[in-house]
Amino acid sequence: MSSVPISWYLMLAALLFAIGTVGALTRRNGISIFLSIELMLNAANLTLVAFSRQMGDRTGQLIVFFVMAVAAAEAAVGLALFIAVFRARRTIDVNRLNLMRG
Amino acid sequence: MGTFIFLIFAALAVASSLVVVMHRSPVYATMSLVVTLFSVAVLFVLLGAPFLGALQILIYAGAIVVLFLFVIMLLNLQKEGEAAGRRRGQLWVALPGALIFIGMVGLVFWRAGAPDLQPLTEDLVSLKGLATALFTDYLLPFEIVGLLLLVAVIGATVAARRAPDAADGAGLLPREDFVAEETERKEARP
Repeated sequence: MSSVPISWYLMLAALLFAIGTVGALTRRNGISIFLSIELMLNAANLTLVAFSRQMGDRTGQLIVFFVMAVAAAEAAVGLALFIAVFRARRTIDVNRLNLMRG
Repeated sequence: MGTFIFLIFAALAVASSLVVVMHRSPVYATMSLVVTLFSVAVLFVLLGAPFLGALQILIYAGAIVVLFLFVIMLLNLQKEGEAAGRRRGQLWVALPGALIFIGMVGLVFWRAGAPDLQPLTEDLVSLKGLATALFTDYLLPFEIVGLLLLVAVIGATVAARRAPDAADGAGLLPREDFVAEETERKEARP
């Protein structure tokens, strides 16, 4: 069934990761930056599963399991922080959050 | 058959991820992320990890994306406006993205000559094998992740709780001092 070479999966993951990187660097809305980071995490997960398939070892799948749990925790805490920032500043535009600029 | 499914869902994943990073409305970007996550879940199943595919849909599409949508609607976020000099800035930012992509693809080819794919074994695909490894060799990381989730829940609750002096109960209405500061800033700008 899986006649697709692993390198195709790796290239797709590389493309998704690059798209996520550009998104995280260009967007100014905090939520959009967060979405791009989720995209990058997913590309990394795809790489792990692909290598796990190639090596015939399920350690990669277990790492993906832990990455998902950490991503869920990260999303919960990050979004709570955005709500707190929005309460204080009325915006989550990262260009306007310059309180710590020297 | 596998190649056909891979090509369809790879194209879907790339297209929807482009929408995620390019659409100016956060709601559309989030809904597009659901399509990306679903496509990657299909690829997980194709790679012989059906449990992770199911988890991907349950946790990401089911829980995380709903959390994102909830926050977007709670904060009533508007579309991003165009900023001056945005296009030139984007060109510079695309450079590291392209470099990362070229570097990773180069690494894939540099490391080519990997062993041929073995047929899938039942041990690799089955949930039993995964569960056995998770609750024996990886029991300590599993417990630590449980603790991490508990800390995250408490931290998120503390960070997002309403300010005690909020006039409107939720603290999400415009504050007078902020509105004044904002008008001042707008007037100062030519």
